Amino acid sequence: MNFEIWDVHTHLSGVPGDAPEACLGRLIEFADRLGIARLCVMMGMKPNYDPSPENMRQQNDEVLRAIKRFPDRALGFVYLNPRHTQASLDELNRCVRDGPMVGVKLWVALRCNDSSLDPLVARATELKAPVVQHTWLKITGNLPGESTPMDLAELATRHPNATLICAHTGGDWERGIRVIRPHAHIFADINGGDPTAGFTEMAVRELGAERVLYGSDAGGRSFASQLAKVLGADIPDAAKRLIFVGNTKRILQPILRAKGIKL
Amino acid sequence: MTHHKPSVNGLGSPCRSQSGAVPPAERTSKSVCRRDFLKTAFVATSVAALSGPTSPRAAEVKPSGLIDTNVYLSRWPLRRLRGDDTVALVAMLQAQGVTEAWAGSFDALLHRDMAAVNARLAEECRRHGAGLLVPFGSVNPKLPDWEEDLRRCAEEHQMPGLRLHPNYHGYKLDDPDFAKLLRLAAARGLIVQLVLIMEDERMMHPMLRAEPTSVKPLAAVLKQTPRLRLQLLNSQRVLCGPALASLAAAGDVSVEIAMLEGVGGVLKLLADVPLHRVLFGSYAPMFYFESALLKLQESPLSDAQQRAIRCDNARRLLAKTR
Repeated sequence: MNFEIWDVHTHLSGVPGDAPEACLGRLIEFADRLGIARLCVMMGMKPNYDPSPENMRQQNDEVLRAIKRFPDRALGFVYLNPRHTQASLDELNRCVRDGPMVGVKLWVALRCNDSSLDPLVARATELKAPVVQHTWLKITGNLPGESTPMDLAELATRHPNATLICAHTGGDWERGIRVIRPHAHIFADINGGDPTAGFTEMAVRELGAERVLYGSDAGGRSFASQLAKVLGADIPDAAKRLIFVGNTKRILQPILRAKGIKL
Repeated sequence: MTHHKPSVNGLGSPCRSQSGAVPPAERTSKSVCRRDFLKTAFVATSVAALSGPTSPRAAEVKPSGLIDTNVYLSRWPLRRLRGDDTVALVAMLQAQGVTEAWAGSFDALLHRDMAAVNARLAEECRRHGAGLLVPFGSVNPKLPDWEEDLRRCAEEHQMPGLRLHPNYHGYKLDDPDFAKLLRLAAARGLIVQLVLIMEDERMMHPMLRAEPTSVKPLAAVLKQTPRLRLQLLNSQRVLCGPALASLAAAGDVSVEIAMLEGVGGVLKLLADVPLHRVLFGSYAPMFYFESALLKLQESPLSDAQQRAIRCDNARRLLAKTR
């Protein structure tokens, strides 16, 4: 029983190293120990909640440097801040249209139901780039710009052709899964929370295995704890294959093909 | 994205980034470990699943006995778990190569008849534990006549240790009753497992919120209880780095790895805590068991380090109870 594994959600931060290439190299060393073939990398070595246009570019430059060193192991996602719409569009064009990146990452600068996201999501959809949106539902209280799965569902309604990835599935996954369930173009990225048993089973039961993605949130999280969510789940091996690699490949296939990248 | 400010995602904690019934008399932990070191071919399906061509290091992990110091029986109050039936849990643990598991009870969190909780735990381990489960009863020092619960754990149930849940029982670690409990436990040679959290505080049920236990008073209490052997469970989210190192130096304090996070987390942990104080713990069935097991694969550990964490350290800690 061997699985090819692609990790749809990793970072340079939280990994030892004084340069982007060193951080990614170290991350890949740990990934190799667990059989993870490819990493989607997003955000720079020192992430910022609300990056300025300059900081956005710097963080994306760090990812570009890192993935250039490991072209067969890493794919880049461009980090955008919807508070800076034009700068984000420029960055999207620079890194995805004209560069090697294949997806978009949005974090906590602005809740994603805000109309400021519309031009960004529309452009990402034109470029066939999936959009990873951080989401969390905290009983302790979200940050002011921190999105919930409900916010993402609103965005999804406005962008029926977009490919949206609900990062962390809202953290509170028993609610998050229910929120995104009616929106077939929202995928559940199960990374980032504790490896609580039952998470993946419920996601597969309610969404179908075709809408569930493995990601880790490494380096802040362990690859191990997040892999366990799939490996330890009481689901068929066919579902695990979809979650580990099949769905991510399917989502990325259009943009990879457009860029002439063969899998 | 895990980051350096409080509570966005990732671990949402200060520690987020960087990164033994005595076993039945006829079965010593040591013998089990040796036996299983020889016979357990690391049967864990998780590891087998990752032993494909892209995981060159997987095959290098050496088989070993495995003592899981953090499992629970009965039912989590808010969710059914695969493995909340003892027979199913034991079958899973055996399939994963576990040779011994220190078990508490979810019932201990909210039930007030702690004597019944502990009696059921002991009976469940005896009847369905397949020689693998070791019961760790719970004592709530805020209940009337709690000293009798402690006595029964030690004398009637022959438990080698206790598992405490301060944040569910409503006391702080500077509570005099807590200090007294530790003194009595130490006097009886009982291991004390102190559970700092049961789940991520950010996603708790709104009607059942239990703030993490603050360990700030603990070092002072430990210094007053020199013979105590303490193990912290589910501690990594709220205690790491210099604070953990300092606490580990304040007494005979061990940790386990169920809530350890960050890439290469075990390796990082060993920078703060001496190897002989790091034990294996899965927090099954609440957590997928594979999480803890794979952490031992994720970090580049020597065979000696693997053996110490998987088995030898727990065995040594347990041996001190006799």
